[in-house]
Amino acid sequence: MRIALFVTCVNDLMFPDTGKAVVTVLERLGHQVEFPLDQTCCGQMHANSGYRAETLPLVDNFVRTFSAYDAIVAPSASCVAMVRESYPRLAPSPALASVASRTFELSELLVDQLGVIDVGARFPHRVTYHPTCHGLRMLRLGDRPRQLLSAVEGLTLSPLSGAEECCGFGGTFALKNPGVSGAMLADKCAAVCDTGAEYLAAADNSCLTHIGGGLSRSSAPVTPIHYAQILASR
Amino acid sequence: MTGTGNIVTPLPFPTAARRELGDQQLRHNLRKATHTIRDKRLRMVGEVPDWEQLRVAGAAIKDDVLARLPSLLEQFEAAATAAGATVHWARDAAEACAVVADLVVATGTAEVVKVKSMATQEIGLNEALQAVGVHAVETDLAELIVQLADDTPSHILVPAIHYNRTQIRDIFASRMPGVDTAALTDDPPALAEAARRHLRSRFLSTKVGISGANFAIASTGTLAVVESEGNGRMCLTLPETLISVVGIEKLLPSFADLEVFLQLLPRSSTGERMNPYTSLWTGVTPGDGPQTVHIVLVDNGRTDTLADPVGRQALRCIRCSACLNVCPVYERVGGHAYGSVYPGPIGAILSPQLSGEGANRTLPYASTLCGACFDACPVRIDIPQVLVHLRQSGVDAARGRPSAERTAMRTMSYVMRDRRRYSAALRAARRGAAPLRMAAGRRGTLRRLPWPLSAWTSVRDAPLPPRQTFREWWTREHSS
Repeated sequence: MRIALFVTCVNDLMFPDTGKAVVTVLERLGHQVEFPLDQTCCGQMHANSGYRAETLPLVDNFVRTFSAYDAIVAPSASCVAMVRESYPRLAPSPALASVASRTFELSELLVDQLGVIDVGARFPHRVTYHPTCHGLRMLRLGDRPRQLLSAVEGLTLSPLSGAEECCGFGGTFALKNPGVSGAMLADKCAAVCDTGAEYLAAADNSCLTHIGGGLSRSSAPVTPIHYAQILASR
Repeated sequence: MTGTGNIVTPLPFPTAARRELGDQQLRHNLRKATHTIRDKRLRMVGEVPDWEQLRVAGAAIKDDVLARLPSLLEQFEAAATAAGATVHWARDAAEACAVVADLVVATGTAEVVKVKSMATQEIGLNEALQAVGVHAVETDLAELIVQLADDTPSHILVPAIHYNRTQIRDIFASRMPGVDTAALTDDPPALAEAARRHLRSRFLSTKVGISGANFAIASTGTLAVVESEGNGRMCLTLPETLISVVGIEKLLPSFADLEVFLQLLPRSSTGERMNPYTSLWTGVTPGDGPQTVHIVLVDNGRTDTLADPVGRQALRCIRCSACLNVCPVYERVGGHAYGSVYPGPIGAILSPQLSGEGANRTLPYASTLCGACFDACPVRIDIPQVLVHLRQSGVDAARGRPSAERTAMRTMSYVMRDRRRYSAALRAARRGAAPLRMAAGRRGTLRRLPWPLSAWTSVRDAPLPPRQTFREWWTREHSS
């Protein structure tokens, strides 16, 4: 199986360790990962802000870059949701539908495509998991990420109250409606702190940047971490 | 023809939201109330094994109605007329108000009793009646509270959701005629009893009742109202004249279709298996109930909405307000922040479409696109999809006008559609961030950024890019 990593633009610039973690986990499981350098950004911010014309060249670039691969994996639920759910509406074509159907969030690739729950990781810490909105309600990831985390040696998973509630990020929403976004963030941060966890894990570094920014502002002793990096630890 | 009436927000949403966010009591009231209804709804929906099929059926029936609306409306008019009702047509709020005001004035009455109705709130009927010297008495408990307080509703189902019981007690004590102020406590049964006493004499003496309708059956000309308090049944049966204001999208093809909607609506709205009162009437029944029955069919922007293939799904809405109760934005700011009588997620897609381009431009952005509304909607309105669609329409309509956001989006799109430009931009961003590392300190985060990112750092720290991008790492690793 030819697996391509779509690292996403946010991870490429801001969180390269998340991309490295995906490579580590898949190589540990015996798979070779390719990183097509023509990849850039999925265009989610453009599309969700209403800039359709500005999104279409990015859609084309994605389809061109990844059409040769059997599976495309991304450590971002919202970018995968963009490709699988929004691309077909923006620019329907057979080539696009085919690439979109082979694009997976990491936990989908591991659990559904590769049939793996225990990736051989060790992470002796207390962790809580925030299921990000697009993973929860667009991709329907369900408990796949939590299953993967539960199989990690030494890891204690603490339940997060109000887990299914949005953290208030919403892309440009955080800038256009900073007050409402901040009120939602405050509630999410309080729930995270109540778990007593050392780490807050999620499938989206954008949401983690938002919640992490709130935790950091209040000097809360919780570190945001993409769950791929936990799966890569040993 | 675009809609008019109480569907246009006077303030941009972020401004109105900021005002509401400052009210701690409001936040507390909303959180408690929305979470209570939310949990009840989840329990009631969880009991129904074929809930998903019901949602699909509800959406399909409404889509069928929308696809052949003109012929169904004519069928409804013919059936209702044959049953003794008089059907009127109104293109917008002003026309609808004028029709109702003329009918009421002709009866010579100075007071009407009202069933809770979103259509009459939408067209601003109470104000219009006031202008011709007619007082409209709201008889739904929560609407009565809002009316006594000289306030506006903040929720579709629970218009007084922004008040707690102590505040309601104070409103009754100071505003309700004839109430025993000293004896009135904030005990819910005591408050309900005070309202009952206040309303009873109106029900028995008022000659004209005004309602909306939850459903209108095309094949029979029947109207249906579902409610919980029995005030509706009073208004629909006791007066001599009944005038119902009905949006043209309220139609169902046949009586049998109620089977689907009478399961979907109460579980989604009040979190009940069945609502306590379901009233159905078909024109005039000689010797029983109102002997003069009028139906005012209102467009007010609905035909325009119907013309949009993506946006028209908003017309499936049955006003259950499940989307309000699960919305994290609504929970923080309440209904008044949305300006329109339709608040929350459904309001954010309905108000801008009813009012047409130009008004309500900030409402489609009043959402994080978290998707909780779509999951809760009993008729499967994909609210996030319509929100994005309306953002697109707004952006397209503003093309040609200079905007910092558009310039940024254009530039980023240009850079990101090409690998070389993209790599160079990442490199530049990483290098550009280097001088900021000093400011970031040990935690590696920034506390303050210039505009427009100052909106981010107002309540959150911002991270800095590390010294190497992923693609630089990959290229180095695989260069040998």
